[in-house]
Order: sequence, then structure tokens, then C-alpha cells
Amino acid sequence: MAFFTSKAFSVFITFLAFYGAQRLYLRFKYFWLNPVLLAILGLMAFLRLTGLRYEDYFQGGQIISFFLGPAVVALGVPLYLQMEEIRKRGRAIGVSIGVAAVVGVLSAAGTAALLGASGPVVASLAPKSVTTPIAMGIAEKIGGIPPLTAAIVIATGILGAVIGPGVLRLCGVRQPVAFGLAMGAASHGIGTARAVEEGEAQGAAGGLAICLNGIATAVVTPLLMKLVMLWVRHP
Amino acid sequence: MLIQSLCLIFGFLALGDLVSFVFGLPIPGNVIGMMLLTVSLCRGWVDVKSVKPAADLLVQNMAFFFVPPGVGLLLYLDLLAREWFPLVVAYVVSTVVVLVVVGWVMQKMERS
Repeated sequence: MAFFTSKAFSVFITFLAFYGAQRLYLRFKYFWLNPVLLAILGLMAFLRLTGLRYEDYFQGGQIISFFLGPAVVALGVPLYLQMEEIRKRGRAIGVSIGVAAVVGVLSAAGTAALLGASGPVVASLAPKSVTTPIAMGIAEKIGGIPPLTAAIVIATGILGAVIGPGVLRLCGVRQPVAFGLAMGAASHGIGTARAVEEGEAQGAAGGLAICLNGIATAVVTPLLMKLVMLWVRHP
Repeated sequence: MLIQSLCLIFGFLALGDLVSFVFGLPIPGNVIGMMLLTVSLCRGWVDVKSVKPAADLLVQNMAFFFVPPGVGLLLYLDLLAREWFPLVVAYVVSTVVVLVVVGWVMQKMERS
């Protein structure tokens, strides 16, 4: 029926799914009840059960996802508000983020390539530590699958939030800015939300790492992927 | 106020796309737009108050915007079933490595 494939219906069910997921998350506050993940799984189940095609759903859905572009641009505002901090610790932050971007891409894409993953999967993994809209943009540019990247990025965020504090303590990382920067660089917004619970300095450093690692990863990934693709068996 | 800030945000987005296209850069236009906005704010070419209404709205609700493409994972379930092993190992290994390396480098450099 034309009603169920209309743009308005697609937009409506997306709002409804996210609203419901947010309510559920606020009620229970478990990390794995991530509202984005819940909304995605709920909509996937809905499309499967009703037999609606993703292509039809996305006619309306792309009206929503279009706003990812301006949302990434808007990240320039929190980045600007953190400039004082960047100037103060310029060299340390610059080196840490540069290392984060290179190590993040090489460890994710390299491991997958060595384990025999196909080219598109390797490319989808490469930007996994940066915030979802940037990661999807990078994946698209290097031959990855943006929806797969979105799923991996969210999974990375949840994993980092859950194990991050323990791993960092185990490795003797106690300094607040180093703690927050590591959480933000490894697991973007979801990791930063966890870092905020440790303190204000940790949270601010995490927010900073999201923006800077997004930029650094966007710059280094196309180059590093040329290297990693040499190891891919089925490009 | 909202219209003015939206005008600025979309202006920087379009500019970023233009730069990415003209120079044939592999960097997404929205990331370039973000960098250009940050530079303009630092230089005082743009007042932070004039972009904040739209910027706050977009940043605070960013998670919602990637729900529809996320649902697109539906089209790749067979790929996921085939290659779940390298995917899971790679993402777990890489998450731990990034956490440890960044935390350690930043802490070392802060002390010296």
C-alpha cells in the first residue's frame, strides 16, 4: 500500500523508534541499551516483519540522514570552545591524536585484512574509532559500506565505554586528560559519555578527542588504506 | 536567530563540499566544512553566538540522524554472517590498542 512506502510514514516510524528507544534507555540506563542501536534493531525488525523494502523506507529515511552533513560541520563549535585547552597542551594533544588516528586505522583494517576479510569489510572497519557521521563519510570515500561502518562504530563505542576505564587503570593511565582523551579517541561519543562520569576534565578531553580524531582520521585513512589493501586477499 | 545560524552552517557545508570537489580531496566535504568553521571562529570572522542555536540543535541530536543508514545493515546481513569473525576480532583488538596507546602517549607527554 502506498501509505506505508510514503516518505512521511518512514520519517514518522524513525522518530517513533528513536523516541521509544530513548524512553527505554532513560528508564534503565544500561550502556548496551544504546538508543541508536535499539532504534536501528527495532526498525530492522519492523521492516522484516512487514515485508517493507529498505529502498522504500530510505526514500524518507534519507531526509533524516541528510542532516548528518550539517551536524558534522556544527562540531566546529564545541571544537572552538575547547581551543584554550588545545593551545595549552598543543604538542601533547597533537601527537596523541596523530598516533590515535594512525594506530586506529592500521590496527582495525590491518587485523581484518590479515584474518582474510574482503576489501569492502576492511574499508568499513578502518574509521571505526571516530564519530559515526564522519566514519560513514570516510567509509564511503574509500570503498567501504556506510551502514556496516555505522554498526561497527556503535559497537566500538559501547565496548570502549564498558571496558575502557578498566583497561586504562590496568595500564596505569590515571592522569585525567590522558584518560578522557583515550576514551574519546578510541570510542567517540559513547566513550566520552562514560568519561564524563569520571570528572569534568575527563569529559572535556573526550569531547576534544572526538573532533580532532575525526579530522585526523579523515586525513590519514585514504593514504593508509593503500598500504593495508596490499594485504587484502579478496579486494 | 535559528535561520541565521542554519544559513552559516549550510554555507560552510556547501563550501566544504566545494573545496573537496574542486581539489579532488578524499576527505569528506563536511569534515572540511567543520575545519573551515573552526578556523573562522578562531579568527573572529564568525561570532560563535551567531552559529550556536543551530549548532547545538544539530550536535545534541546527532545520534538520531544516523538511524536510517544504520537500518541499511539489513541489506548486508549475509555479508555479516560470512565475515563476522575477522570483523569482531579486528574491532575488539583495535579498540583496546587505541585506548592503551593514546592514554599512555598522552600521560607520558604530560609528565615530561
